Amino acid sequence: MKTANKEITAVSLVQNALEKAHKFQETHHIFTFLNDVGAIKKAAEIDERIKKGENVGRLAGVPYALKDNFLSPEGETTASAHILQGFTSPVTATAVEKLEKEGAIMIGRTNLDSFAHGSSTENSYFGPTKNSKDLERVAGGSSGGSAVAVALDIVPFATGTDTGGSIRQPATFNGIYGLKPTYGTVSRYGVVAMGSSTDCVGFFAQTPEDLNLLMEITAGQDPKDMTTLPDFYGKDNEKFNDPIKKIGIIKDFDNDAVAPSIRKALADKVEELKAKGHEIVELNMPALKYALAAYYIIVPAEVASNLSRHDGVRYGFRSDKSDNLNDLYENTRNEGFMSENKRRIMTGNFVLSSGFYDAYYLKAAKARTMIINEYNDAFEKCDFILTPVSPNPAFKLGEKVNDPVAMYLEDMMSVSVNLAGLPGLAIPAGETEDGLSLGLQLVGPRRSDADLLKFAAEMDKDSHAGSTDSHADIFGGKD
Amino acid sequence: MTKYIPTIGIECHVQLCTKTKLFSEVDNDARLKEPNSCVSPVDYGLPGMLPRLNQDAITYAVRAGLALNSEINLESRFDRKHYFYPDLPKGYQITQMYHPIIGAGFVELPDGTKIRIEHAHLEEDAGKLSHESTYSLVDLNRAGTPLIEIVSMPDIHSAAHARDYTKELWRLMTYAKVTFGDLYNGNMRFDVNISLAPEGSEKLGTRAEVKNLNSFRSVERAVEYEIKRQTKLLEKGEKVIQETRGWSDATGETTSQRSKEEAQDYRYMPEPDIPPIRLAPEVIEAERARLPKLPAEYRHDFSKVLTADLIEVLLDYQNLVEKLAELEDEKTAKKVANLFSSVLLAEENASLLNDELPTKEQLLELVEMNDKNELSSTATKEVFLKFFDPEMHFKDTRSIAKELGVIQENDMGALEAIVDAVLAKPETKQAQDDYKAGQEKVLGFLVGQVMKESHGKANPSAVQEILKAKLK
Repeated sequence: MKTANKEITAVSLVQNALEKAHKFQETHHIFTFLNDVGAIKKAAEIDERIKKGENVGRLAGVPYALKDNFLSPEGETTASAHILQGFTSPVTATAVEKLEKEGAIMIGRTNLDSFAHGSSTENSYFGPTKNSKDLERVAGGSSGGSAVAVALDIVPFATGTDTGGSIRQPATFNGIYGLKPTYGTVSRYGVVAMGSSTDCVGFFAQTPEDLNLLMEITAGQDPKDMTTLPDFYGKDNEKFNDPIKKIGIIKDFDNDAVAPSIRKALADKVEELKAKGHEIVELNMPALKYALAAYYIIVPAEVASNLSRHDGVRYGFRSDKSDNLNDLYENTRNEGFMSENKRRIMTGNFVLSSGFYDAYYLKAAKARTMIINEYNDAFEKCDFILTPVSPNPAFKLGEKVNDPVAMYLEDMMSVSVNLAGLPGLAIPAGETEDGLSLGLQLVGPRRSDADLLKFAAEMDKDSHAGSTDSHADIFGGKD
Repeated sequence: MTKYIPTIGIECHVQLCTKTKLFSEVDNDARLKEPNSCVSPVDYGLPGMLPRLNQDAITYAVRAGLALNSEINLESRFDRKHYFYPDLPKGYQITQMYHPIIGAGFVELPDGTKIRIEHAHLEEDAGKLSHESTYSLVDLNRAGTPLIEIVSMPDIHSAAHARDYTKELWRLMTYAKVTFGDLYNGNMRFDVNISLAPEGSEKLGTRAEVKNLNSFRSVERAVEYEIKRQTKLLEKGEKVIQETRGWSDATGETTSQRSKEEAQDYRYMPEPDIPPIRLAPEVIEAERARLPKLPAEYRHDFSKVLTADLIEVLLDYQNLVEKLAELEDEKTAKKVANLFSSVLLAEENASLLNDELPTKEQLLELVEMNDKNELSSTATKEVFLKFFDPEMHFKDTRSIAKELGVIQENDMGALEAIVDAVLAKPETKQAQDDYKAGQEKVLGFLVGQVMKESHGKANPSAVQEILKAKLK
């Protein structure tokens, strides 16, 4: 690794990242906190340890950006929500702990839709993040800040969370890779919960190899998160030994609701795969049309439940306009939550309320089971599934923010992957005529995360033969 | 006039005495600790915190279930119950609404009545609020303490049975060692549902629920009060309102707290952070093997030698009945049981039972010495009490008796010598003459003189025999 070889110092890497971060912050509004003092101090410590010949870890001195819904004592953890302003966490998320143990240095916390509720980062209390390719367009969301930080080369990687597309969609909107792992691969401990049964910790990077290294470091069963799976990442999966892959295409997604540029990107990729000898399998997956509806019942229910703890009693923002308990709750939550937060809390409480639970929540749970079964069947016929991530490329700021249903439709092709707990990898797929990023997603069966990344790396190598990869150097992944 | 039959169902919350809380690794025993000193970020409801299920709580619940003669469900699940209150940090309580760990069972009361258990489930306790004049204080030490809630079927029909049932639950749970059972500190709390229906009616009446009772006596009194209150209403032709009522020990009355209309919608939802609990049958069998002997068995075993009343007194002390059960010989057990009860019944000695009990050897020797007339019944009690004396408890029975100087002189030769010495004293001359003249009651005076001469060690009945023979 270069840093360990003393050719580059951690301090210079971090300084460089912070300079870029400050520069782009003014134009793109990427960060909710910049870790100027803390990051330089940590980098200096790492340089000191390298001098002493100590083992400093696989990410020694590598600067990264942390989505602002990960708990750590560095900076306030706000989840871009007013109601969490002033909250500095006494605990550190497991994923953060693992990254920092390998020497990674957090240079800033990134902007998101408040509590990760949104697909554009426009729902942030601190204002939207701008798209890396077009300042008039959205970054995507909810992990918009993290995606733009990587796309603009401020940091080689950033953390994200994906509950219904919050990594894959902004990765696509900014032309980079984004992995939402199998549910339960990376610990959720210390990550502000959105929808507990679909939330996944994942990453943004420029290459599948970088994502693989990050997964090797952060994947694993965590006693602090009972939903983590027994360790599997990196273990051999015989199913994927054959270099010729069967790639599933979902016919149900090929319709007018999807922008022509995206349908073309998908068709081009299919031709490319065919040309390389891979087999294309057409899939009928009729249950997927229920995914969005099921998602917008199950997740709001979990959202309403998870956000109940924000009551102004113990931490964060408390309204000072109250003189009794009920007013304290009402005013704190009314002033502290954004309207999208409130919309989801109300939807969630409605579907859970007595008399409606069976009609909504239980029905949605049944639809979810159907979707899981349908994916299981599909993976009997193919290795991976290739689909669009979103129906459109990055849209204009303000275009959908007042139309929640239009905004929710952005998630129609990503949420079924979350409901089924599958790994989904957003891969770049060229640009529109206007220079907007396009992307697709590769979906695999549960626990096929490493195989997905390997396949994506092969695809990438073939399509960009001869191009150099600056980040592999910093990671040391190709040493 | 119509006779009304009360129907009563009871929900009982039992705090489990696990080392750590249900979902975090902080101390579960907050007795004598500063407020908010046993609280982890999980109990505090910090964002991003996830519950980590304490496996001990599962085995405790299994053991409790076995004590309730219940089916143990091989798969159970957690749910969230939502409401806002400052004692509930997450805004929801993690409980088991749909798939409880403990299924149907029953509790047998001392008189043989069986009260069926509907189910029992695991859940977390809330914190505690104390209300000051213009503000309230929150203490979260208790938040996250594991509870099991035992729900009975409406099989109880009198205040006395309500009391007996709660007391039997307390015994079962303490015998099974799943709770400290300290009622004063809220280790067990009872919610009682009471309704009245005319005799012979198939339909139950409207029920009122009296919440948060924390003693058997208050359960009994609250039920008595409710029966009277509801009877009066019904006799006047008025209706009982379905509502939650509170009990005051001071006034001896229940008062309305909130009606059904004001009841909250708890918006139950499956807990997504905890996978289903799957129990291996071996775990259940291991707990069954670990389950101590329960009151019903003791009742059965002791019934041959002890009165039912005495058994009930003794059953309040598990260590004591365990000790009695060690004494295989029934007659010995009976004597020791009587000794214990005479100690227990003396209020000033009641606290002794919390100390270490005498050993089996000490008890057997005590009974033997009493049998051989080496110890009078008074001396036996005296020695027995010394078993609890920290200075003495480790000594064997004979040493204690010697030290106390209470061993009776039974050697006839030695006794005769003392009698002779007493009869030789001029001050006994008159009594001797009177006795010979037929005044038999002066014999007592002479026995007393001999006892005095022997410093109390002579066996009085032996002395009496010798005197009678000598004065013939």
